[in-house]
Order: sequence, then structure tokens, then C-alpha cells
Amino acid sequence: MKFLPSIITACLLAAASAAHAADPNLGRNLAATCANCHGTNGKAVPGAGMDSLAGESKAKLLQKLADFKSGDKPASIMHQISKGYSEEQLALIAEYFAAQK
Amino acid sequence: MMLMKRREFLKVSAASGAMASLYGCAGGNKAGGHVVVVGGGYGGATIAKYLRMWSEGSIQVTLIERNPTFISCPISNLVIGGTKTMEDITVSYDNLKSKWGVRIIQDDVIALDAAKRSVKLAKGGDLSYDRIVLSPGVDFMFDQIPGLNNAAAQEKILHAWKAGAQTVALRKQLEAMPDGGTFAVAIPKAPYRCPPGPYERACLVADYFKKNKPKSKVVILDANEDVQSKKGLFMKAWADLYKNNLEYRPNSEVKDVEVATNTAILEFDKFKADVLNIIPPHRAGNIASQSGIKLINNRWVDVNWLSMESTNTPGVHVLGDAVFPAPTMPKSGHMANQHGKLAAAAIINLLAGQEPNPTPVVMNTCYSFVDAKNVIHVSSIHQYDAATKLVQPVKGAGGVSAARNELEGKAAIGWAKNIWADMLA
Repeated sequence: MKFLPSIITACLLAAASAAHAADPNLGRNLAATCANCHGTNGKAVPGAGMDSLAGESKAKLLQKLADFKSGDKPASIMHQISKGYSEEQLALIAEYFAAQK
Repeated sequence: MMLMKRREFLKVSAASGAMASLYGCAGGNKAGGHVVVVGGGYGGATIAKYLRMWSEGSIQVTLIERNPTFISCPISNLVIGGTKTMEDITVSYDNLKSKWGVRIIQDDVIALDAAKRSVKLAKGGDLSYDRIVLSPGVDFMFDQIPGLNNAAAQEKILHAWKAGAQTVALRKQLEAMPDGGTFAVAIPKAPYRCPPGPYERACLVADYFKKNKPKSKVVILDANEDVQSKKGLFMKAWADLYKNNLEYRPNSEVKDVEVATNTAILEFDKFKADVLNIIPPHRAGNIASQSGIKLINNRWVDVNWLSMESTNTPGVHVLGDAVFPAPTMPKSGHMANQHGKLAAAAIINLLAGQEPNPTPVVMNTCYSFVDAKNVIHVSSIHQYDAATKLVQPVKGAGGVSAARNELEGKAAIGWAKNIWADMLA
């Protein structure tokens, strides 16, 4: 029983310092904002006309997003959406989708 | 004194499921606990699935939903226009049960006791929870339109602003209407559910009339002073496609109604229609607006944007249309789904004794049909801003379609199939 409070204290300290650091699941959370159109974890519904992102390479995804942002790749909507995320956020999103099987 | 505090802390931690953190606070996200979700629409179904998926089954989830199947509001205007069926917009809850292990109770919640952390079910029995998610959508303020404040009137003058029986009934009224008749749709003052929805409905009924009842007419009675969403694109569609059979009337708030004659009573005027479709003003669904949870303008729930938790009632998270929106945030199914994911991540952290993600992001995409094939969109991205404690729209991002087009007509259906799968598959 005596060791429990010290563990709690350690956890509380960890939580306090974590409040200023990024959430360890930030990539997962950010990628989930894409899932409405591109499917849960980037696995789009087959035949529904949306690109699946799961398992694509990080470099390819980031290039696509950069091209949407710059306007090099024509789009109906992604040129507007890609501008809503920072470069760091897009990198986390691409990394998350690349890791999905 | 110190000891007592420690004991209390232990008790509270265990009750809120934070016990898991005692066995490894760094690993996190293996929290236990029981989350009750009230309402299985765009917000509730999403969070039920994501809590199970992201906690890898360690959080128990009970979803309480009054309907046996999910029926989508988005796309339902196509049923009213006659180009889609109810079957096209209906999705089963079976996968939430069998694939994700969500316990589903088909019932209504009639009372919430936030202090005891329990809810009362209409069919009897109480259910206790560690955290609760209310995703109740909206309820209508029929008392604002006295003539409509009874069941018989509501059966004749429909809102069809919750997809289901009223969607079918409004379609039947339009089919039964003789050619040469008038359909009027009345829009309440903003904020209301789905800002572009009434204008889309007007377009699709006008398209149906053009093809099937060419002498008939659509009138939009808008309580607002102007078109509330995609203004330029809707006005161009009206000018190009419906010049002869659609009329837009701003500043036309419905104050009352004469049910027998289908007459809307405006401030200085009256309007008689053959099919009168009144969308009454609405507010957060009853369970959220009548449980002592802090509201803004006596209508919408005030939430903490890091967790969607009520600002005055700990342990109660609220999603979707019921929430007082952050700046420029629409009340949409897409946004409710995003709220669900934000809250799922936060609840998993909180149950594990961790802070919610300090930098959440939500985004919206909304497609509107201006005829059976052509679509226009609006999109926005909202990032958490620590200074205002709100999710704020990102300047220079988001926007609307360059022009109506058929490609986005396909995207709109693709969107629907993917978001329904994201919630329910």
C-alpha cells in the first residue's frame, strides 16, 4: 500500500509535463479527421470513388499533399483542405497512413 | 488530513477508471471503464466505434438509441426529390455490435443523474457509467409556432428535418400535390441544423417540379436576412436552373400557422402553400437541454473544446448539433463525426488518468445537390487555439466549389458511403 502514492505522484508529474508535450496519439487523431471521406484508418470503401490512403508511402502521400497545397495538382476540394494543416501535422498524418496495412 | 485526501483520490481515480494508470502510466490508452453513449447518429455511432477501436476493446461501450436502424439526414433531400429511396439512406447497427462489441440498447433515456453517474431508461432500469456521451441531436421548439404545438398539426405540417418517417411523408405530400401547386419551405433563424440543407431541399423539389409538375412552384421563406451557406452558388443555381419556378424570400420568419388552410403567418404577411414544410427553431436534444447541463442562449450546450465535456457537469461529454458551435462551425453530420473522434481520444486519455490531446483539430466537408446530379461543397478546418480555448477556423483554408459540377455529385455519394462506413462498418 505504501508504494502506491509514490506511483500516483510519478504519474501525476508525468501527466503535468505531458500537458505541454504533444499527445502520443497525435498522428492517429489527426489522420482520423480524414477518415470521413478516405475510410477508417485510410481504408476507403471500395468502388465509392475515394482514394484509399492506407499503406501508401509517406513520401508519396506528402508529395500529393504538397501538390494540392501549391495548386500543382488540380482538385475539387483537397487544395482547400490541405491548407488547413501545418507541415508537421501533414507529416504525422502521412506517417500514420503509411503504417496502416 | 493528507491521508484522507490520498484515500479520496484513490477512490475517485478508481471510480473514473484511472486505476489503469496505476499499472503503467506511460503506456496509457489501455484504460478500463464503462462509457454510455446516448444517441446513435453521426456523433454517437462514431464515438461508440472509435472508443472500442482505439481502446482495443478495454473500454466497455453501451449505445442507447431509440431507432432500430441508422437513417441519414444527409442525402435524405434526394429521397424528398425522388431520386433516392429510404433504403439508400438506411444503415444497420449490426457491425457496431458484432464487429466492435458495442452493447446496443434500443430505448430512450428519460433522465440523467450526473452526480450519481447514471441514466434512467424509458423502458425501465438505470444504467451507471464512468463517463457519458450525449449525442442527442436537436429537438424542436414547437411552442415558438403556437398553431404547430400539437400532434395533429405536426402530422400535417412536416419538418422532415430528422430523417425517417417524415422524409417519406413529405415525399408523399409532394407526389399527391396537383400540378400548379406551391411548395414552401420555412427556415428558422440561425443557428440551425445543416445550414445549406433547406436551400438544397428547395433546389431538389424545384428540379422534381420542372420534370414532373411544370406549373408548380417552390418558395423559400427564410427567417434570416440572407442565404446562410454557399450563397453565390445557390443563387447562381436558382438563376440558371429555376428562374421560373423558385422564389427566395428573406426576412420571412414564420410566427404562427393556420393548419386547416396550410397558411404560414409571417410578421406582416401570410403565405398559403399546398405543401407547407416548416423547420421550427430547435435546440439541443431534450436530454442535453433539460438535465442541468450549462447551455448558451438557453439552447446549446457549452463544451470544453479539448474534450467535448460540459463546462459545468463533469463526466458528461456532448457532441454534434446539440453543442454551442465554435466560430463558423456548422451543425453538420460530418462535424458531429469529428466531435466523436475528438471526444473518443479525450475520454480514453481521461480514463487512463492522462490529459486530453492539447492540440485537437476538426474539419468539415458538406456537399449539397442543386439538381439530381450537380453538387456544390463548402469545407473548413478548425484548429484548437489555447488563447481563446476554442477551435478556430484556419484562415486561407477551406472554401466552396468553383462552380456546380457532376464530379462532386459523385464525390457526395462517395462521401456518404465512406462516412457511414467510418461510423458503422
